[in-house]
Amino acid sequence: MSAATQPDTHVAPNRPGRSIDEHRVILSVAAFLWLILAVFGAVGIVQRLLLGEQLTTYSSYIPWGLWVAAYIYFIGLSAGAFLLSSLVYVFGVRQLEAIGPLALFTAAVTLAMALLSILFDLGHMERFWEVFLRPQFHSMMAWMVWLYAAYFLLLLAELAIVLRQRWSRLNDEQLARDRTRLRVLGTIGVPLAIAFHGGVGALFGTVVAREYWNTAIFPIIFLTGALVSGGALITAIVAFLWPTLDSGWRELVAYLSRVVILLVLLDLLLEFAEYSIPSWYQVGAEYNLITYILFGPYWYVFWVVHLLLGVVVPVILLTRRHALAQGFGAVLVAITFFAVRLDLVIPGLIAPELQGLEHAYLDPIGNRLVYSYMPSLFEWQVTAGVLALGIALFVVGYRFLRLVGPVQDVAAEGDAR
Amino acid sequence: MPPLGSPHQAVAPPEDPTDAAGPSGLERRDFLIKAAAMLAAGVAFPWGGLDVAVLPAQTSSAGATDPAVPAFAISPQADEDVLIRMQRDLARALRKPIEQRRWGMVIDTRKCVACMSCTVACVMENKLPPGVVYRPVIDTEIGTYPNVTRQFLPRPCMQCDNPPCVSVCPVNATWKRPDGIIEIDYDVCIGCRYCITACPYQARTFDFGENWTNNAATGAPAALALAGAAQYENEPNFEYSERWNRANGPIPTSPVGNARKCHFCAHRLVDGLLPMCVTTCLGRATIFGDLNDPEALVTELAASSNAIRLKEDLGTEPKVFYLL
Ligand code: SF4
Ligand code: SF4
Repeated sequence: MSAATQPDTHVAPNRPGRSIDEHRVILSVAAFLWLILAVFGAVGIVQRLLLGEQLTTYSSYIPWGLWVAAYIYFIGLSAGAFLLSSLVYVFGVRQLEAIGPLALFTAAVTLAMALLSILFDLGHMERFWEVFLRPQFHSMMAWMVWLYAAYFLLLLAELAIVLRQRWSRLNDEQLARDRTRLRVLGTIGVPLAIAFHGGVGALFGTVVAREYWNTAIFPIIFLTGALVSGGALITAIVAFLWPTLDSGWRELVAYLSRVVILLVLLDLLLEFAEYSIPSWYQVGAEYNLITYILFGPYWYVFWVVHLLLGVVVPVILLTRRHALAQGFGAVLVAITFFAVRLDLVIPGLIAPELQGLEHAYLDPIGNRLVYSYMPSLFEWQVTAGVLALGIALFVVGYRFLRLVGPVQDVAAEGDAR
Repeated sequence: MPPLGSPHQAVAPPEDPTDAAGPSGLERRDFLIKAAAMLAAGVAFPWGGLDVAVLPAQTSSAGATDPAVPAFAISPQADEDVLIRMQRDLARALRKPIEQRRWGMVIDTRKCVACMSCTVACVMENKLPPGVVYRPVIDTEIGTYPNVTRQFLPRPCMQCDNPPCVSVCPVNATWKRPDGIIEIDYDVCIGCRYCITACPYQARTFDFGENWTNNAATGAPAALALAGAAQYENEPNFEYSERWNRANGPIPTSPVGNARKCHFCAHRLVDGLLPMCVTTCLGRATIFGDLNDPEALVTELAASSNAIRLKEDLGTEPKVFYLL
């Protein structure tokens, strides 16, 4: 399925596919939408900083909500994008060479979004550094924080090397040294990324009190999830933002699409195991929780958002021989994966650990002793704010850091415009 | 012993004769603890001075033998109130060094009438805001109408000997004291709520900064009630023998933003007082004392043939027993 032989080539190589006017309209619409998102989000973030967690709807019985789901979603994107970059720098996959810097930068931005999300979730944000001052290494959470701190530094180092390569002309000797450095850093980075994102899965998986989380498949499913969502995000970015729309671009998108399809199907297989094993004989505590996910009040999160919009439709789109269709498929996978993250966090918490606790003592004022959860507008606002911030960071970086395009052409292209 | 201590290492193995975890269970645990501590020691070595087991806060609040505790002078009588006997047991326990005490509780479900006075007394004693509760009473109906009965189950923190809530805390803000009470350091807790998810009894709740006057009616008739409630809100509480004036704000004042839970009224115990829920229990269904003291009423009852612990199979080794 080589894209180069595609008959329906509708754009000439090396030229923007749209007229300047069309381009401008799309840009202003996008900027306008971003502005709405940013204002909506900024209000939430300011409220969060002034009022703490009073406007949230999570409770003492469902203590983790939207922000934790957002956190594991963003951190999954980061781990996935990073692992994709390691295909280039560690395993030398030629077809992906062009996306190395982009993948690294995306990993850094999404990591920042993840950390911001979880920071807002803390009851005492100002004490986050205690995790570094007095860590307690029995805790999976302490491990996770330390591992992704290390990962963050490594990411910055790799990014610095890659950007230097793109910004200045290096001689062959310097290039060779950089390649070695990148290979070493990437080789450290791969187990690190596996460890910290597997660790995020283990953070849930090790909690004995929660039947739904307490399975060995959790770290594994978190990792495949990271690859699926991170891979899809990079595919979408390449499909829609790549500077040149030539056959090389189409081949790249087609290659990435095949990778994403494979990962989506692998993830589906693991998910089938996760849901079918504990519920096959339709009895047991976990059976009830899985029934809740599939047929409870939020059934549409699984069936519509995840399965239809996150698997079926995207797989159809990704198999089309058209780069933009493939791009849309990838966008769907990347966005709807948030539903999977929600379905990992919340259902683990919705069943009372002791029968009857749900009406033993109520909280009519704050509603903090309930076993149901729907994120408040405020929680969405904060997440939107994080998203807007991340998008801004990404766009600025994408515009000014020269992450994509052939190195030599950067100067020439600038002259031509 | 590896250089990095842990909350577990400071604690002797359970002395409870009914201890269900066999030696193999303990060995495996020990192995895991040691393995993790060794790994951790490698990482945390530069901070060797911050040995988690000897942080000052972990030993301060309990105090050692307190000479200020008044001797309890009433001698035993045949049909005395169990509160008197418990008071005597308590005074005896407090004369021992702290590491020889092992506080425990027995709750007789047959005597509990679900009056909830323990729940309310606890709220008053610890100035609990809405949404924070240390000792709810679970009321379950058993059977099908009209053949039904009800069962009442007050649920304090079990003060597990093997507490899953402790090992999950990333900053070591919660630990087992030498007398077995699981303590939370409000000044350290970052409010991540991991421990809340890890407690199999859901004994931990989060202080979201709610107040009893939130959304309350206003206007002339409400003024008096509001004034009373506002005063209640401004009173400090004395958990862990410290003064806590909770408050909201950009940086909330602890315990707002912290995990909170029952601590057997540790601040009352040091002064020779029984936990609030014990003294207010109408049916005398809540018995408290030192499980290391063979003479204590609590030890006597915990050894009854009808004594059970909740979720025994998890191996958490609760120190709260229920008589069925
Ligand atoms: S009952 Fe829950 S909070 Fe109390 S010690 Fe056990 S695990 Fe910790
Ligand atoms: S909420 Fe506080 S006590 Fe609980 S695990 Fe987090 S930091 Fe530790």
